[in-house]
Amino acid sequence: MTLWWIGDAVLLVVVVPVVVILLRGVLKAATSIVPSVQQIAAVAAAGSKDLDAAVLLLTTQDQVAQTVAGVANYGGSLDVILDDA
Amino acid sequence: MVLAFMAVGAVTILGVALIVAALVVYLVAVIVQLRKITAGLDVVISHVGEIVQKSGPVNDVVTAINGQLDAGVDLLEGLLVQKAGMMDAVGLVDGLYPGAAAAGFRNFPESLTVTAPRIGEVYTKGTLTLARLGREAPIALGNPAGFPLRNVEGGSLAARLLYPELRQSRPKSLPRSPVIGIDAPVQYEQREDIGAPRKRPPSRG
Repeated sequence: MTLWWIGDAVLLVVVVPVVVILLRGVLKAATSIVPSVQQIAAVAAAGSKDLDAAVLLLTTQDQVAQTVAGVANYGGSLDVILDDA
Repeated sequence: MVLAFMAVGAVTILGVALIVAALVVYLVAVIVQLRKITAGLDVVISHVGEIVQKSGPVNDVVTAINGQLDAGVDLLEGLLVQKAGMMDAVGLVDGLYPGAAAAGFRNFPESLTVTAPRIGEVYTKGTLTLARLGREAPIALGNPAGFPLRNVEGGSLAARLLYPELRQSRPKSLPRSPVIGIDAPVQYEQREDIGAPRKRPPSRG
């Protein structure tokens, strides 16, 4: 009977507070992750929006190709017109 | 005795009930937070997928653009060196962009060893080439906008604009060139050693 009372005392004074402390730590850690995940989501959304202009690279590629082709045509004409050094 | 056992059992049950209640409360709260984390990670994954999708062709496109620009640079460098010569090409580049001659031409490593000549605003060879093109170049004949490089009738004015302001303002008199010859106002004494036999060094032994 005495040992049982001692066991109850240990259960109420030691085990229950330890369980509560551990569970509060887990909850605090889980709560602290949420803002970080939300910030990462915001940054990823901004990064995705910034890359919307990447499609214009195809237009840039076409423009560069046309410009280089024009330069090549002018260069070929100059090569014919001008004497070498 | 029975009451004592019942009291001890009740305290035990109370302790276990407290532990279970704490587990339920905190674990439910943790589950709620984990669900928020899962939702946030779903958003992150969708945006990262968009980033991967949008940035996928960038590497190939940029590589193609660089290749085309490299071809243009090769063409222009080769044309400049071929038409102006290495020395004048380096001088022209350095004249337009001071200090650029130190970097040299990409396809001509020997350009690093060339001392850039000082070429001012007027490149005589280029001026002559422009003048020749204005008179003779076949591209000047069919241009609806007129002669692209030089007006044939007013050609002297167009060429004069390339030179410093002193000659563009049409001054009435410029400093005259020095007069030389026997009638020159300034005569210099003739040196006696000119035309005389060259002095021979003393022979040895």
